[in-house]
Amino acid sequence: MTQSFTLTVNGEHVTVEADPGTSLLHVLRNDLGLRGTRFGCGLGQCGACFVLLDGAVVPSCDTPMWSAQGRTVVTVEGLGGNGALHRVQQAILDGQAAQCAYCISGIAVNAAALLDATPEPSEEEITEALDRNLCRCGVQRRVVQAILAEVRK
Amino acid sequence: MTGAPVSRHVTVGPDGTIEVRVGKVEIGQGIVTALSQIAADTLGVPPERIRMLPASTRYGPNEGFTAGSLSIATSGPALRAACAQARALFVAEAARRWEVGPGMITVRDGRLSCGDLTTSYGELAESVDLGVPVDPDAAAGAPAEPTGQIGRSLPRLDLPAKVAGRPAYLHDLRLPGQLFGRVLRPPSPGARLLRYGASRLDPQVTVVRDGSFLGVVAADEAGAARALALLRDTAEWDERDTLPDENDLHAYLRSGPHQTIETPTVGEPPATGRRLRARYGRPFIAHASMAPSCAAARWNDDGTLSVWTHSQGIHPLRTAIAGSLGLEESRVHVDHVDGAGCYGHNAADDAAFDAVLLARAVPGRPVLVQWTRQDELTWAPFGSAMSADVSATLDEATGRVTSWEYELWSQGHAARPGFAGAPGLLAGAYLENPLALPAAADPPLERGGGSLRNAVPIYAFPHRRVTGHRLLETPIRSSALRSLGAFMNVFAIESFMDELAGAAGADPLEFRLAHLTDDRARAVLERAAEAAGWGTPPPFEDGGRGIGFAQYKNAGAYCAVVADVEAGRRIRARRLTIAVDVGRVVNPDGVRNQIEGGAVQATSWTLKERVRFDRRRITSGDWESYPILRFSETPHVTVDIVEHPGTPSVGAGEAAQGPTAAALANAVADALDGVRVRDLPLTPEAVMDAING
Repeated sequence: MTQSFTLTVNGEHVTVEADPGTSLLHVLRNDLGLRGTRFGCGLGQCGACFVLLDGAVVPSCDTPMWSAQGRTVVTVEGLGGNGALHRVQQAILDGQAAQCAYCISGIAVNAAALLDATPEPSEEEITEALDRNLCRCGVQRRVVQAILAEVRK
Repeated sequence: MTGAPVSRHVTVGPDGTIEVRVGKVEIGQGIVTALSQIAADTLGVPPERIRMLPASTRYGPNEGFTAGSLSIATSGPALRAACAQARALFVAEAARRWEVGPGMITVRDGRLSCGDLTTSYGELAESVDLGVPVDPDAAAGAPAEPTGQIGRSLPRLDLPAKVAGRPAYLHDLRLPGQLFGRVLRPPSPGARLLRYGASRLDPQVTVVRDGSFLGVVAADEAGAARALALLRDTAEWDERDTLPDENDLHAYLRSGPHQTIETPTVGEPPATGRRLRARYGRPFIAHASMAPSCAAARWNDDGTLSVWTHSQGIHPLRTAIAGSLGLEESRVHVDHVDGAGCYGHNAADDAAFDAVLLARAVPGRPVLVQWTRQDELTWAPFGSAMSADVSATLDEATGRVTSWEYELWSQGHAARPGFAGAPGLLAGAYLENPLALPAAADPPLERGGGSLRNAVPIYAFPHRRVTGHRLLETPIRSSALRSLGAFMNVFAIESFMDELAGAAGADPLEFRLAHLTDDRARAVLERAAEAAGWGTPPPFEDGGRGIGFAQYKNAGAYCAVVADVEAGRRIRARRLTIAVDVGRVVNPDGVRNQIEGGAVQATSWTLKERVRFDRRRITSGDWESYPILRFSETPHVTVDIVEHPGTPSVGAGEAAQGPTAAALANAVADALDGVRVRDLPLTPEAVMDAING
């Protein structure tokens, strides 16, 4: 049943044995020990499990391993490089823009991708980009303000 | 707990590290950080010297549930008393060594000093016995030397790991030899399992069946998920139509049988005046945590049982698990590990019992159980639907309300483990020998009530009668959702206050102030109104502005909300301007964050949320069928703290919900020239129905 898959995760080449239908999320969390990518729905609807797949923001719960073969993955742990925090993560901490923080990994991945594509986004652009991320504690405005403050530095 | 030793709360190591144990748990509200500030302040040490230990039945104090916005008000003083006594014992030891009076010793920055003499907590640790019982009066006798920790926005202690994406939640726990479990919940409440097919299952997978409880244990998570899918495909159930008509919840809630709850009637009804009446309602609302619940359990070789949970009440959960299985409570150990925000009694406790049942099949091995999104949205308890009739008499000469009658129908709001007279864990009801899963009860009125929480208006009305009816039998499981009945009751009271103000031709703010004698209430209302520019129209098209106010539980935080909404083709909350008085503020940014989050979540409840069902199944099992507020729909929020440093601290987590709902509803009515939606949620369809009469 299982097959061998090779991919690049946070800059490292890795090989894992998995069922082709297993989600990238399960492989990241269990086989690669990268548990910063959170399970929220398993349906691709909430954004808690967002990763960068060849630079695009995708829900890893809805990405089967057969479709990840040979591709490049960046998770929340690899956003900043060399184990450092990415500037959106630091901005979220500086603004205390979290409560339970379960949604934050996916938000950080999405926001980092936004800043790569649009270095100086407006408040509306940040809000629109993060519209795919759900948050239940109600820190949406804090997150937008924190990223805006970082952009305006 | 009276009689518990100081060391149950605080211990000091020879290296000066201070370990603090609390019974309250972190659920994203920042309580552990706020309590660390209280400990640091009372001991006179820098906060970084303090290590906050996770709550555990193995070593920590039993502080019941982390609920009801009570943590800062109850655990704060308990911790302060223990820390004050610890500090006094260390001061006494230094005084003994130096042969000086304790009053001559000062404590600052973790150092104890008297003239040129100086020592530290660490240096004295081995000579001080903290095994003495806590004296509740110790805090009162402690010298007040503020360290500046109270009233400071100390950043949250737990956020760096969570934001960095490190393992931080129970979901991330990986114990030696750990296995992974999944439970196949029935398709509908009351369904019974007839048969299932195991032939295509991986032989390595362990299937656990007990009556209609069916689950799997696998070596890896992907395997457990695959086995669950196979079971779902093959399981056959006996299902019945047991659910009420979702479109007539008023009739359902009023059908009984009920328990009637009376509050003391005030005054006599007037003989004359203009009578007004209205009916308000809210649907069932889901907790809808971002993380489906999770738990781990291990049956140990020595006959003990270990449980890891994100429950809000580890001690009551221990009692419930032991009671469900006939175990000695002392053999069950429950450790808290952080989960996502729960917003009340969600499925955390149920998941823990699932883990216990599955782990029983693999003794010695820990099993981590992960619920699905659908199970979390359909099987966790809901906040109850509610229906209220409110009527009042207006004296048209004075423009004052002379009588107020309020009658409420609701399911109970408290079914936490042990609360309703049974363990109350979901899986128990589906076992071969089923355990009772009683309908939710209500906390007593003197503790804030449940259905009737905030049902008694704060306004000075000459006559008042408030009655509640709690439904005693129901197929839809309800329990505590953040603020319990207050969300609905404040929505109804404050909506009707606007209707009365309209009938009296009065400004809604002035009308409220004319009926308010509590100065703190008036100050909060006036502050919010001033900050929002009350009296001017909102600066956008199709705009409306409304106000809502309450004192949570009529005893806690005062909170006033002014909402600006756009009510055109869609209903959009644009801005919430909030003023709050929580007494003495421990962590100002923590208070703001709780108020902002509570208001935004209440905006989601008010504008969008409604549990959906047909006569057989709950049908809102994903984020498309149960939509919540998105980034683009989230209002701007400002929070103004009205300072009252001389009064006791009260919680902030549940103060904003009711006022937010009312402010939004009043703003929509303002935008629509008085056309009012009285049944939540305030969707565009509900508004169209109201306009069309």
